[in-house]
Amino acid sequence: MTFLNKITARTGLAAALLAGTVMTASAFTACQVTDTGGIDDAGFNQTAWKGVQDAMEASDIEGRFLESQAETDYEANLNSLIEGNCDIIVTVGFLMGDATKAAAEANPEQKFSIVDFAYDPTIPNVLGQVYATDQGAFLAGYLAAGMSQTGVVGTFGGINIPPVTAFMDGFYYGVQYYNEQKGTDVMVLGWNPESSEGLFTGNFDSLDDGRAFAENLHQEGADIVMPVAGPVGLGSAQLADEMGTDSLKIIGVDADQTQTDPEKAHVYLTSVLKRMDSTVTQVIDMAMNDTFEGGLIVGTLENEGVGLAPYGAFEDSIPEELKAEIEAVKAGIIDGSIQVGM
Amino acid sequence: MSSGPDLKEVNERMRGLMARTTHGRDDFEDLVIVPLFAVVVALIFGALIMLATAVDLPTIGRSFVALAVGSVGSLSAWSETLTASIPLVLAGLGLGLGFRAGLFNIGAEGQLLMGGLAAVVAGFTLAGLPWIIHLPLTLLIGALVGALYAAIAGFLKATTGAHEVISTIMLNLISYRLLDWLLRQPFIQREGRSDPISKDVPPSAELPRILDFIDVNLRLHAGIFVMLAAVAFVYWMLFRSKIGFAFRASGENPDAANYAGMNAAFIIVLAMGTAGALAGLAGATQVTGVLGRASPGFSAGIGFDAIAVALLGRSHPVGILFAGILFGALEAGGRQMQVSAGVSIDLIGIIQALIIIFIAAPLLVRAIFPWGFRKRTKRVGDA
Repeated sequence: MTFLNKITARTGLAAALLAGTVMTASAFTACQVTDTGGIDDAGFNQTAWKGVQDAMEASDIEGRFLESQAETDYEANLNSLIEGNCDIIVTVGFLMGDATKAAAEANPEQKFSIVDFAYDPTIPNVLGQVYATDQGAFLAGYLAAGMSQTGVVGTFGGINIPPVTAFMDGFYYGVQYYNEQKGTDVMVLGWNPESSEGLFTGNFDSLDDGRAFAENLHQEGADIVMPVAGPVGLGSAQLADEMGTDSLKIIGVDADQTQTDPEKAHVYLTSVLKRMDSTVTQVIDMAMNDTFEGGLIVGTLENEGVGLAPYGAFEDSIPEELKAEIEAVKAGIIDGSIQVGM
Repeated sequence: MSSGPDLKEVNERMRGLMARTTHGRDDFEDLVIVPLFAVVVALIFGALIMLATAVDLPTIGRSFVALAVGSVGSLSAWSETLTASIPLVLAGLGLGLGFRAGLFNIGAEGQLLMGGLAAVVAGFTLAGLPWIIHLPLTLLIGALVGALYAAIAGFLKATTGAHEVISTIMLNLISYRLLDWLLRQPFIQREGRSDPISKDVPPSAELPRILDFIDVNLRLHAGIFVMLAAVAFVYWMLFRSKIGFAFRASGENPDAANYAGMNAAFIIVLAMGTAGALAGLAGATQVTGVLGRASPGFSAGIGFDAIAVALLGRSHPVGILFAGILFGALEAGGRQMQVSAGVSIDLIGIIQALIIIFIAAPLLVRAIFPWGFRKRTKRVGDA
């Protein structure tokens, strides 16, 4: 049993080492609670966490995160951070709205910020971060309509909540706008903004669902699919990789997925950016400079809080004409001459 | 305290007591030493896994300290540990009771979901009642629906011989989708939301938080009394009541129980129903004490963790109580581990799984810790 003795000795050593470490008290601590799907989801949570990481690089602050494994973890996770001497707690996700509100009201001295939720009326110690993702997705819809060979494109979501369906709305209306301009009849599967009904996986973590939903859409003729479900979309990208991008292309969401999912970079036509990283960094700066107050930050095309990622592997195959049209549409949305929505 | 012989007598009595509760050294080893060693070995393996995944030694040390501090190191840590253990113990009691009756019920997850949802619905539809009636009624309805849902599997086994492992797993799957669907019905869905989420449980049906006078963030709620009462009740039921004797008899030897005139079909349905009631109660305490509403997957795997709790507690109510608190501690401590050491909370899942592997393989534990156990050969001599 010398083997085990060695292990015991090692654990003892670790404990001894620990006793020697002095807790380095950093001036400022930013804490984050992720939504389900994990901190390394190549999209939603990861982008928000990048905001904290950027802030850590820019100034000497400490960053901590806590992953939610289920919706039931939100409150418990918030509680453990409230005890953790966080200068600001950033919660990531619409579903955390209730838990964040409760925690903020119970701890009025603690600063909170939440991604994807706007309180009405606002809470004095909570700063909401929301994004006009429909604007970015509108451009993606226009692009998809222009690139589709089959005349059918598709989308599906994680859960039927506003921050998810905003993407799907924009995508849908972008395609309609293309049809209107070009007299084409490109069809959108998976989402109907009028009835608010569509395809939803019901979760933000099953890669298998991502694969299955993309496969179903492809069987119905879609050759471009935009999954709006965090890491679920990685399953769709896997399928596109196997089938080849001639039969299926993917539009990423949240982050530039050619960067966050580099192995499958070639399947992403583009990504609809939701720059949670920049707003999170902004909020941390505000908290550090004492300019923090409750309210709302809105990311738009105009302030680059949302946008379209570079075309990556498709840079050369997208006609210059279409690229120019997209720039024009973007300018139109910014100056208000093009309305996102019907 | 005056002389030596007293101590001898105390020792004698202790031994007698021990013999009565554990029926001999071998049982004592199985009930106490094996689980204890299993936990220790699992923690050591957890450290090895951290090493293998390139976590450095100080961080490993820090994560174990965080695990301890986050689970028992402060009042709020205890509050979180006990809060997490309430549904685990309740569902674990039901499963343990089933195991005693020879039923391997995998369906606590589904029973918990159905019971919890029923409690939420009872909560908001019966709003207006005084809490003294509203709260107990809400919990009772949760337990009842859990019992009915579990009784389906019991009924299928009793009438058609359908194995409860299969049918309860299938009933779990059905419950997930049923919940998704029910949460979208206008009657249950919260106004103004398009995603599946229920209306809130009104305050009169909520289990009150019992430590909020110290700090509003302490989540421990009155469900702990429900849990303790359930432990006492299940103990009484299993070891002091006639029906409990019937459960255990049919678990030990169904044929003998049958010859003794016990109605096997009735016992199966009743045992499943009781197990389901406890799982449903677990769901009900969770929604009325912690969550305040139902959302998809609000069970969060408690029904499956409870299987581990029941196994670790050796299907004994008191054992399940301690096992449940241990698992609650791992959950609460795991969060602290991630916050202050940055070690993924997934490691807790691995440690829990390892504990179960070692529990399920007592021979392995005996082989690793030979000095903790009496030699087996002597036992043969005894017999």
